[in-house]
Amino acid sequence: MSAFVQYTLQGLAAGGFYALAALGLAVIFGVLGVVNFSHGACYMLGAVAAAVLLDVVGMHFWVALVVVPILLFVVGVLMERLLVRWLLRLDPLYNFLLTFGLSLILVDVVKRRYGVSGLPYERPAGLDGQLHIGALGLSTYQVFACLFSFLICGLVWLLLTRTRVGMIVRASTEDAERTRALGINVGRWVTPVFGFGIALAGLAGVMAAPFRAITADMGSNFVIILFAVVVIGGLGSILGAVVAGFLVGLVEAYGQAYAPAFAQVVIFVLMAGVVLFRPAGLFGREETA
Amino acid sequence: MTHPLKDTSDTSEASDTPEASGSEADIGTALLRPGRRNALRWIMLAVGLVAALVLPELVYPPVAMDIAAWALFAISVDLLLGYTGLLSFGHAAFWGSSAYVTGLIAIHWGLPFPVAILGGMLFAMAIAVPIGYLSVRRTGIYFAMVTLAFAQMIYFIANQFSGLTGGENGLQSIPKSFFGVESVETDSFYFYYAAIGLILLGVWAAWRIIHSPFGRVLVAIRDNPARARALGYDVDRYKIIVFVLSAGLAGLAGGVFAISHGFASLEELNWTTSGKVVLITVLGGIGTLWGGPVGAAIVVMLEDRLASSGFEGTGIILGSIFVVIVLLFRHGIWGTATDLLQRTMAGRRDQGD
Repeated sequence: MSAFVQYTLQGLAAGGFYALAALGLAVIFGVLGVVNFSHGACYMLGAVAAAVLLDVVGMHFWVALVVVPILLFVVGVLMERLLVRWLLRLDPLYNFLLTFGLSLILVDVVKRRYGVSGLPYERPAGLDGQLHIGALGLSTYQVFACLFSFLICGLVWLLLTRTRVGMIVRASTEDAERTRALGINVGRWVTPVFGFGIALAGLAGVMAAPFRAITADMGSNFVIILFAVVVIGGLGSILGAVVAGFLVGLVEAYGQAYAPAFAQVVIFVLMAGVVLFRPAGLFGREETA
Repeated sequence: MTHPLKDTSDTSEASDTPEASGSEADIGTALLRPGRRNALRWIMLAVGLVAALVLPELVYPPVAMDIAAWALFAISVDLLLGYTGLLSFGHAAFWGSSAYVTGLIAIHWGLPFPVAILGGMLFAMAIAVPIGYLSVRRTGIYFAMVTLAFAQMIYFIANQFSGLTGGENGLQSIPKSFFGVESVETDSFYFYYAAIGLILLGVWAAWRIIHSPFGRVLVAIRDNPARARALGYDVDRYKIIVFVLSAGLAGLAGGVFAISHGFASLEELNWTTSGKVVLITVLGGIGTLWGGPVGAAIVVMLEDRLASSGFEGTGIILGSIFVVIVLLFRHGIWGTATDLLQRTMAGRRDQGD
């Protein structure tokens, strides 16, 4: 029983990273119609930035949680302004390919600068121990990661449902054309939304820093799992991204615990099942194609 | 010329022009009479054949073999992307699994390499059936993501069955058995000529598929799936069939690659391989058939030069090329060249008539 709770917690903590990053992927897709292949690379940049800032200026984890997403927001704004923007009117596959090329560059730059072995990142003080609840011993960091990603997902949810900006984002996710027709300047929000999505990937990266090996390649597999997450959740759906993120985290953790040989494969089997029985994803609507 | 991937985000009415339904990437199609157009196709095929035959005289034979294998691999991707409008980002699954199966057959049964490659190719086609069946349920960007994810699943499975596949080490020392002909088995120059026939057979098959009635239906599906369906074509069935055929060509190429190198590694199954072949296809030109070989020659030789000069940032170079191509030369090298040729021919005709 206690083992099961631990696996669940581990799954929810890992799922939190997926959920946050997938949320970023979903808002970008919603407003821009772009599937950002470099999302994994941006997640990696978040983790690397946290490690480098700790090493060079001794930036504390809590500060990094705020500063790194802001840095990644700037990276996202630059990416959108300089590159992604020019292809927005074309077939979305072009931006998929563009961001794939970008991701090759980013990964290689980091690899050449910081090598292939992992960067060290100690668990921040206060989060490095065990939390004892009755007979249960839980990793404090996992409890924190889990709660924190719930919190951020909740905040983003509030932002999307309770503010005017959120309303515009949701409206253009639903139907960008009609939102424009209602006189709302969707174009104004394109750059900040892209930056915001990248910042969420960066935030997931910072949170993963004390938890995972920080290498240039850490985003490569992550982004593919992320694609599986949004296919499961339904790419157009923000709620779907979050739910599927946690679901995939759980499936992965249970897989590692009970069928370690097939931990990774299980995720893709789940995706195959969704594609077979609900092609539009758990929370997606049928395409009109 | 209509570009295979539509240049507008509007998918419903973008392609209603009469010319939209052709594989118009062949040189000057719109401007030439059908008879001369056919003649040009045969000339291109002959030029391709000659190029393939003199290649090992020009570059180091193993590099020439790599170019040929990647060229066929790119053509297999283009068959889906350029002629059916489906971007497969998981073709490493077929290239890589065939590399492994080819290697296993050659090692354990000691069969001549063409037989081993045939086995690898059939295996690639067999796994393409379920993957294709599931993937064609989605289109566009979803298709790309789903194929990518399934390919990654194959990667993990291969990594898991390390007893069979050698795991991280890969399959080592795959023999080049060829009916006891020693020059082929030991000298890469003669091996090239023994193996190039398989590659050319694959290219010829792709060429036949594209210029067949079946190929015309594929282009119709690419340009307007709804209309193809309305005309009574079972769109999904066509997509699955071409997916499996494409996987077979990728498998053929992967098998040749594995025999040529004498090993098969997990890298062959990794998504970076899927990405590289898409890069080659786009660089050469989507929907052009001959763009694949051009892109393959450039990328393979560039990588060879970079490796021998000791520069390790291949990803930076390839990524940058890709970004530039996607931003500025979306028709790729072959597409841009034929565009220019068409424009000059059209200009000359306007003056002449």
